[in-house]
Amino acid sequence: MPDQSLAPPAAGHPAAGTADADSPDALKRRLRRTQRMRKLKAVGLTAPLFLFLLATFVLPIGDMLRRSVHDTELAAVWPRVAVAVAEWTDRSTVPPEHVFAALAADLRASREERTLATAARRLNYAVDNGRSLVFGTARGLPETSPDWRATLTEADPRWADPETWAAVEQASGPLTGFFLLAALDLRQAADGAIASVPPSSAIYVTVLARTFTVSIVVTGLCLLLGFPVAYLLASLPARISNLLMIFVLLPFWTSLLVRTAAWVVLLQEQGLINGAMLWLGIVDEPVRMIYNRIGVYIAMTHILLPFMILPLYSVMKGIPPHYVRAARSLGAPPATAFARVYLPLVLPGVAAGSLLVFILALGYYITPALVGGAADQMISYFIAFYTSDSLNWGMAAALGAILLTATLVLYGVFNRLLGVDRIRLG
Amino acid sequence: MRIPRTALAACLALPLAAASAGADARDLTIVSWGGAYQDAQKKVYFEPFKAATGTPLIDESWDGGIGVLRARVEGGNSTWDVVQVESEELALGCEEGLFETLDWSKIGGKDAYIEEAVDECGVGAIVYNFVLGYDRDVLKDAPTSWADFFDTEKYPGKRALRHGPKTTLEFALIADGVAPSDVYDVLATDEGVDRAFAKLDTIRDDLIFWKAGAQPPQLLASGEVVMTSVYNGRVDAANRDDNRNFGIVWDGSLFTIDSFVILRDSPNLEQAYALLEFVGSAENQAKLPQEIAYGVTNVDANASVDPARLADLPTAPENMKSAVELDAEFWLENIDRLTERFNTWAAR
Repeated sequence: MPDQSLAPPAAGHPAAGTADADSPDALKRRLRRTQRMRKLKAVGLTAPLFLFLLATFVLPIGDMLRRSVHDTELAAVWPRVAVAVAEWTDRSTVPPEHVFAALAADLRASREERTLATAARRLNYAVDNGRSLVFGTARGLPETSPDWRATLTEADPRWADPETWAAVEQASGPLTGFFLLAALDLRQAADGAIASVPPSSAIYVTVLARTFTVSIVVTGLCLLLGFPVAYLLASLPARISNLLMIFVLLPFWTSLLVRTAAWVVLLQEQGLINGAMLWLGIVDEPVRMIYNRIGVYIAMTHILLPFMILPLYSVMKGIPPHYVRAARSLGAPPATAFARVYLPLVLPGVAAGSLLVFILALGYYITPALVGGAADQMISYFIAFYTSDSLNWGMAAALGAILLTATLVLYGVFNRLLGVDRIRLG
Repeated sequence: MRIPRTALAACLALPLAAASAGADARDLTIVSWGGAYQDAQKKVYFEPFKAATGTPLIDESWDGGIGVLRARVEGGNSTWDVVQVESEELALGCEEGLFETLDWSKIGGKDAYIEEAVDECGVGAIVYNFVLGYDRDVLKDAPTSWADFFDTEKYPGKRALRHGPKTTLEFALIADGVAPSDVYDVLATDEGVDRAFAKLDTIRDDLIFWKAGAQPPQLLASGEVVMTSVYNGRVDAANRDDNRNFGIVWDGSLFTIDSFVILRDSPNLEQAYALLEFVGSAENQAKLPQEIAYGVTNVDANASVDPARLADLPTAPENMKSAVELDAEFWLENIDRLTERFNTWAAR
């Protein structure tokens, strides 16, 4: 490329260049080219990370959000009834005959294609005993009938209930609010009104509140315990503080499962802590510290403590000790010096540690499962249940979407109160 | 340089063709649950099968899940032939047409097996139970029924049940006086569900819930609970390997059956049937309980098991007498609803 050989002298000594190379246009072009090259390089270097994040973070979360409102499972195996039921207008009574005929045709076709199980599973989410409704109706289905409404209602009287048809209609997609409503303990009745589910199955609002309560309490406990430790680490001479830092990091490097199992051994009624307390005469009978909320708080606080200590420590390390000394020498009592000088400086670290611990705590699953009781399971437990036990992915996605939304809202509030730009990890 | 499209296509197609040709000729593959159980199977079934028939056989393991089977069968080119599945996967996969419909004449006929082990798509491999387990060294006065499990005056201390409604509600009803054979009829009604939760309420403060099968023996061993629901195989393993003295109450236990299925369109269909016939024969099945405490499904197999060992097995006539089969169909239909109900009950 002849251009390039001319470029260095032209750039270094503008006066030495020919009139042609010196023209503002050529310079501009060269400048643009170098800038473009730089940009390409920058993009090239960040591309792997960008693609990685896209594939492991953005796409799965996007797909999850889509699944919580997008539902074509039933329409794929029962196309006729999915179309026909959309024309059902009078919700106080069952749909007209041609919708029943469409259902019969779909039942027969999906029996032959062995897709009844899919339809049965989807209807079972919304209709009690929906599986036996589908299989029972399909089993005795005749080839032809003069009156499909009578035939189907005879096969299962539930086809005469508008609520059953409302479930079919709501499951016919492609967009549905069914899962999101269910994740908020709500349902849509046949007449379209949104109502609460019966109290015996209203659980998810309670679970969501429980998830946030546990996370907030654990964050508070971590701050309470972590602050003095971080202060100690930051103010001791390096030789000693490095040694103490090992004690913080060692559990941090140990598997979460191992630490949780260790707490089981320590906290159980015949465990070390109860044994010691009984022997010392502190208590008369074993205290229940596991398979309840106390166990969850203890184990989660222990596991998440390093995430609080480390940001606090690195922020405290950067605060020159003479600030507080100056405040004291100007007459501030220790408490005032701490509150007016030290605390505002540490606040970014407090914010970073709290946010880190809180967000991590929201997703906890294994620890509450092993040290908590039946009333201490957090929302991830239910997401896991629907993902792998009952295979109701729409519900799992809806719970995930609700958790994500609630978290973002809280993050927004946090941002307004403290300002994310003030967060410092060190 | 421009690569001619045909050449490119040929380059891509070649390995694919080679792969599919390889798939047609691949060896028979059986997939089971791994661990001590698969080691036992390997010793009494797989190795002797290879030696006796000269058929190459690969054994792999998996963790269950109908989604895995669906992906394998519908994706085509599955490398699995025979898979051991739990009762719910058997019901779901059979409905969806993921498994071959079994030709029972090729594996000894339906009459050779216990009634519960015969299914359109699967043949029972093992029988195992959820039983009431306790530590004989702790409870000198041995409990004899689920009613004792709920009797906190006679047997003070904590007890453990499985987390979630499955098995928990059945045991509550049996303890409340429902005959084991009627338990699912009662549980199918709203009154029955209320009754089960009311029974659980009576020992609410003494209940712990376990989530993994390894937990109940640990809870018993540490003295955390005096009684627990537990897999019978885990009790036997604790007694044999860790010198524990755990007891089992077989009365009112729930049994379930794992089955062998052949995945649809298996290229090794004949060898798969030969393997299932070998594994299903009374003579071969009788060897399994010596290795691991599971019941076997051939009606004649139990006759040749050592009577002392038979007493530890789910399929001993004495133990089978008042056991009821875990109803996979009931739980497929009701698991979501009753799990919600269980958790609202627990949160109260």
